[in-house]
Amino acid sequence: MAEQRHLVVGGGLAGLMTTIKICEGGAAVDLFSVVPVKRSHSVCAQGGINAAVNWKGEGDSPAVHFDDTIYGGDFLANQPPVKSMCDAGPAIIFLLDRMGVPFNRTPEGLLDFRRFGGTKHHRTAFAGATTGQQMLYALDEQVRRYEAQGLVRKFETCEFLGAIIDEGGVCRGLTALDLRSMKVEAFLGDTVALATGGPGIVFGRSTNSVVNTGTAASAVYQQGAYYGNGEFIQVHPTAIPGEDKLRLISESVRGEGGRMWTWRNGEKWYFLEEMYPAYGNLVPRDIASRAVFKVVFEMGLGVDGENAVYLDVTHKDPEELTRKLGGVLEIYEKFKGADPRVVPMKVFPAMHYSMGGLWVDYVQMTNVPGLFAVGEVDYQYHGANRLGANSLLSCLFGGMVCGPKMLAYAKGLTRAAADVGNGVVERERRRQEDVYDRIYRMDGAENAYALWRELGEWMTQHVTVERHNKNLKLTDDKIVELKDRCGRIGINDLGRWLNQEVSFVRQLWNMLELARVITRGALARDESRGAHYKPEFPERDDARFLKTTKARWTSDGPSLSYEDVDVSMIKPRPRHYDVEKRAG
Amino acid sequence: MDPIRLRVKRQARPDAEPYWEEFKIPYRAGHNVHSLLMEVQLRPLRADGTRTSPVAWDANCLEEVCGSCTMFVNGQIRQACSALVDTLARPIVLEPMKKFPVVRDLAVDRSRMFESLKRVRAWVPIDGTYDLGPGPRMTEEVQQYAYALSRCMTCGCCLEACPQYNDHSAFIGPAAVGQAILKNLHPTGPLTKEERTAELMGIGGIVDCGNAQNCVVVCPKEVPLTRAIGDAGRETTKKFFRDIFRR
Ligand SMILES: Cc1cc2nc3c(=O)[nH]c(=O)nc-3n(C[C@H](O)[C@H](O)[C@H](O)COP(=O)(O)OP(=O)(O)OC[C@H]3O[C@@H](n4cnc5c(N)ncnc54)[C@H](O)[C@@H]3O)c2cc1C
Ligand code: SF4
Ligand code: SF4
Ligand code: FES
Repeated sequence: MAEQRHLVVGGGLAGLMTTIKICEGGAAVDLFSVVPVKRSHSVCAQGGINAAVNWKGEGDSPAVHFDDTIYGGDFLANQPPVKSMCDAGPAIIFLLDRMGVPFNRTPEGLLDFRRFGGTKHHRTAFAGATTGQQMLYALDEQVRRYEAQGLVRKFETCEFLGAIIDEGGVCRGLTALDLRSMKVEAFLGDTVALATGGPGIVFGRSTNSVVNTGTAASAVYQQGAYYGNGEFIQVHPTAIPGEDKLRLISESVRGEGGRMWTWRNGEKWYFLEEMYPAYGNLVPRDIASRAVFKVVFEMGLGVDGENAVYLDVTHKDPEELTRKLGGVLEIYEKFKGADPRVVPMKVFPAMHYSMGGLWVDYVQMTNVPGLFAVGEVDYQYHGANRLGANSLLSCLFGGMVCGPKMLAYAKGLTRAAADVGNGVVERERRRQEDVYDRIYRMDGAENAYALWRELGEWMTQHVTVERHNKNLKLTDDKIVELKDRCGRIGINDLGRWLNQEVSFVRQLWNMLELARVITRGALARDESRGAHYKPEFPERDDARFLKTTKARWTSDGPSLSYEDVDVSMIKPRPRHYDVEKRAG
Repeated sequence: MDPIRLRVKRQARPDAEPYWEEFKIPYRAGHNVHSLLMEVQLRPLRADGTRTSPVAWDANCLEEVCGSCTMFVNGQIRQACSALVDTLARPIVLEPMKKFPVVRDLAVDRSRMFESLKRVRAWVPIDGTYDLGPGPRMTEEVQQYAYALSRCMTCGCCLEACPQYNDHSAFIGPAAVGQAILKNLHPTGPLTKEERTAELMGIGGIVDCGNAQNCVVVCPKEVPLTRAIGDAGRETTKKFFRDIFRR
């Protein structure tokens, strides 16, 4: 049999860790990314990464971390892989430390840990206010080391278009668009891993980066891969509304005494303090986001008629603020041009993270043999709601599982990708090329970017914080209408070189497909669980919905089925943050 | 408020002639250069109302942390995402970086920067990703210097400003010097320092630096380049003498 060939798509934390593991196993990797991998979205993560080392003598352990994660996720995650992830946490932090991530230190020169939401323990390792950036760089360096040895080839201005699937339903490679030459190329691989990150851009503006369109996940969903728990979308309560992006303002601001308010009848109304006297401004993310939505959309009390409320720290000592929150306040200063020590910050909830993603088994393989998914693009580790600082951990852990499994899978193949008939490969390449030929010929009156903004507004208003079945139906209809109008797009740019408009049209179509998965999944789930909240069905309904949603593509829209969740290790119990968490 | 006038230096392909186009964008508070370019995508019309193609540019994080969107804004090298329109003189003039090949319009090819990181072996040569226990201890002081260097987002501003960095010089530039020093700082650094220092000493290494310190002034992440260049200078001198006496 020919030498193994492995293709990894995406060079964020998950893709890079997968790549390192494959190279360490002695095989070569072709690594694809829309942006140079060092510029991947993972750089945005500020807060840190969780691992229960118990270095502060608080009785923490991977078992407690496991319980916090399952509880925080409202029992929707399959438990065995989550347990493995929490167990692996400390070793992962130590590895990053050995790779040179400049984590903050204690006076003794040891790693320092901070507290995050959803736990009572100091469990989060951090590197200043840019933990994700520092971690990504450390992995990027290790991959560059393999690249210098000839084990990694990078294709860094290449967009994944679809998997190559043979007659037997097995994934045998991929097609990609060279974003400069605009040519479609086929690549054979015994395995393909998608590590393409989350779908924030489906919501127009979010805390996510520009390339987080979810286009790759949507493409393979349309080829038959299942999409799991799409309706679970985390909304962060405090982001800075911007014309281009909703920039995150960390929870730690409220932790240090920040208060949220808006004007009512000419007076400052501290609505969280009034609605939730016990916890005040420190209610959990989902509750705070819901309150802001109520104040702005239901009561029409947004600041200056905008979708915004105030997050205020002006009553605090400016020097203390700089000492404790310098990095965070800097972002506000830099992007709003105003000093939060002097004027209250204008914030609004923002789509932040997708718990849902491609359905995978416990070794990160999708239902298409040979096609793997890892990182934010998989659905595996966070159930109905993700705890802060657990995502970076799941990206790395997923990569450590995925890489070795890809090697093992390829070894077990009786027929290598290289032996697959040219017909299959060429047919798929042609199919993709035809899509672009058609896009280049579009001369209607619609503008692709305008359609995308419309999608974003609908998704943000109806499919984030509060979900009503009536509105979800209207949104699904709207998406169908937008798909229809997509057919009447006019292309302004006919150039055959780095044509960003043409590649965007394709991404837009894929976003619309994914938007339906999210919306229809939410519509069907008549309960409230984790980040999914329906006022009409305010309670969790384990009898009907302690189940993973699996969406399968059909030409009439997503077909949903439900799969039992493995709750064999921790018995489900009600989730309340107004009282202390009872032991599991 | 008057519409915002935006002048963009465009170029269809790497080998094509550059040309200028002007756009008029309705004023709204809170724009940055990135969101202005998004408005052009929405209405790709020149100021005179004729149709054109949207402008091509690089962007990802929109928080000044990925380094993608470096360009000249009103003659200053900086990131488009953190260039707030309300603080800029008008018309706003955008040009691509000059020390890197233009791909199209404002998008450039900075792969040379990543190649430089290979040359200075900017990585820790770990034994493997297995569970080998905690890493070496590090003082807070060293961690803070390391953290400051590690914030370099390969944006290229410093190279654009450096008089010694260009097509016909082999100087790797201040950003890569910073990363070499960063790796030397790691507790395993002494084991691999020799190789890195050799690269800094070789053609195009630290000796080419005219010490104008333009680099530090334009670095958006306040990477301590002067200190790193100083450290690199000392390392190369030490190695120079070591090599002489070894002969
Ligand atoms: C502002 C912010 C702060 C956060 N803070 C934290 C935190 O403190 N702690 C925490 O645990 N989590 C945090 N998160 C979440 C976490 O950052 C992400 O979930 C995580 O970085 C995702 O990593 P990834 O490797 O899955 O994907 P990404 O880093 O998104 O990388 C995706 C990769 O795929 C490539 N790609 C995408 N589509 C294609 C395509 N079609 N073809 C080819 N390549 C493609 C991209 O170029 C990129 O290389 C935060 C998120 C945000 C938005
Ligand atoms: S100090 Fe050296 S590296 Fe920095 S700009 Fe001047 S010549 Fe370039
Ligand atoms: S040192 Fe500063 S200016 Fe130079 S590439 Fe790094 S971040 Fe940019
Ligand atoms: S988009 Fe990342 S620095 Fe501007």
